[in-house]
Amino acid sequence: MSQYVVNRLLVIIPVLLGVVFVVMLTLDLIPGDPVALMLGENARPEEVAALRDKLGLDDPLLVRYVRYLGDVARVTWAARSSPTGRSSTKSPTSSPRRCSWRWPPWRWPSSWASPPGFFSAMHPGGISDAMMRLFSLIGLSMPVFWLGLVLIYIFAYYLRLLPVGGTGSWKHLILPAVTLALPSMAIVSRMTRSTMLETRREDYVRTAQAKGLAGRTVINRHILRNALIPIVTVIGLQFGQLLGGAVLTETVFAWPGLGRLTVAAIFARDYILLQGCVLVFALSFVLINTAVDISYGYIDPRTRG
Amino acid sequence: MTDMQLSRRRSPLGDVTRHFLRNKLAVAGLIIVALLVFAAVFAPVLAPQDPAQQHLEDKRTPPGPEYPLGADEFGRDILSRVIYGSRVALFVAVTAVAIALVLGVTMGLLAGFVGGWLDTLLMRVTDIMLAFPYLLLAIAIVAALGTGLQNTTLAVGIWATPAFARLARSQVIGLKNREYVTAAQALGARPRRVVLRHVLPNSIPPIIVFASLYMANAILLEAALSFLGLGIQPPQPSWGLMVSSGRDFLRIAPHIATIPGVAIMLAVLGFNLMGDGLRDALDPTLRGRV
Repeated sequence: MSQYVVNRLLVIIPVLLGVVFVVMLTLDLIPGDPVALMLGENARPEEVAALRDKLGLDDPLLVRYVRYLGDVARVTWAARSSPTGRSSTKSPTSSPRRCSWRWPPWRWPSSWASPPGFFSAMHPGGISDAMMRLFSLIGLSMPVFWLGLVLIYIFAYYLRLLPVGGTGSWKHLILPAVTLALPSMAIVSRMTRSTMLETRREDYVRTAQAKGLAGRTVINRHILRNALIPIVTVIGLQFGQLLGGAVLTETVFAWPGLGRLTVAAIFARDYILLQGCVLVFALSFVLINTAVDISYGYIDPRTRG
Repeated sequence: MTDMQLSRRRSPLGDVTRHFLRNKLAVAGLIIVALLVFAAVFAPVLAPQDPAQQHLEDKRTPPGPEYPLGADEFGRDILSRVIYGSRVALFVAVTAVAIALVLGVTMGLLAGFVGGWLDTLLMRVTDIMLAFPYLLLAIAIVAALGTGLQNTTLAVGIWATPAFARLARSQVIGLKNREYVTAAQALGARPRRVVLRHVLPNSIPPIIVFASLYMANAILLEAALSFLGLGIQPPQPSWGLMVSSGRDFLRIAPHIATIPGVAIMLAVLGFNLMGDGLRDALDPTLRGRV
């Protein structure tokens, strides 16, 4: 098992190197000179040249890549974005301190979604099953940002129960958490339903039933455990979706997090900050996927080979 | 006579159609999609007003006889803007999925059929693209290219490409060792002919399903980018943009932000229902199951 974990961890190294490269290349492709943008329109050419030199932007691509890797390793990319101090005055949120890792505690509710899918699969074809399928499809089709606005209107403006946005108390967490979780719940419950239905038809389930095992034992030991792999995959992928969805949820609820910082960086044309934000998102996504892979090893011994 | 023969023969296509039409949810999806296409094509005829015409004296009018879905913050008719918005949504979705289809399927066919270093290279590229969470890759592309209709479409297309590449590759690998492919090779068919005549046609059904489901995702992604101000730019009527601009008036005029959102939800729901129905109809192993 430990060998399996080590292997999984080693595989992420080339992907991480590639991610850093792509993020760096994106910055390269941006039309216009990022330095000129950072210094503003009135910068003199020699100022621009000096800063380009200081940031090492005139070096060959590979040289910059290796140096960027070193920077990332030392987590200094944010500091690089404001060598003149001007960049951070442009956008109120772009100080390196704010680029800290915020992980709001609303990201776990997607696991709530398995039970509905589970019950739906246990009684396929019934009214509750049809309702569940339709509701999960609607949940899947709702734009996250719109759902957030509707919830704000109902619970903050109309019922006056919860705050409109911002941070502070636990009440501030409820609406963003529900907004972010509902679409994931829809996906996870759909997935749970279809895998449970598929697993129910396996020969070993019939064998287990035929030899007279109690219904609950068959479900827990034979169906649920085998159906778990695709469900765990989807939950893992959902974490990635939540990372992206956070950009929207944080915008709607004025939550000061990495997602809003990313958008602010684009509008402030602070591409070096943007690079850092995208990198943090991508790295955490890769790490989550690796954690999912490792969990397979525990759930299903066959995948360890 | 010919009709009877056809029905007795039960062509595969007829089978699929029958299964699709028997599925009520799938038909509902098809109707929604058809209405969407209809609205986009006949927008100038259907829209009661010019979507760009401002009536500042009527701004933020709630739904009523003069403005069936109300007027927005500039007094523009929301119904007309929603109808014209379907053009933007459909254009982005169709073009982006077409881009992803062509690029992704080509990549997948090459990777799966040629194999070796090309496979490894292409799959690592998709790995890296998939390492960016939903929305982030598109945001990065838009940041690099700039906003607007063209760049948004391109960003959505590039975002969807790796998924199509993965799907096509898995299809090809599954089909590569089938007897009929080996037979074609044994008869001396060139690789290009084998791929285009024998492998590709057989991998089309799952790709169609995927394309339909990705239309839904593309509409959502365009709406999200436009909502953030990174997609379609005003004054073009994009649904996501309309939600975004109505956001400031949520308390006093909730219809401005909520109605375009309903349009997004219906369009996405239509493509999702249709894709689900197609999947069930095209996959014979799922037939007869609940």
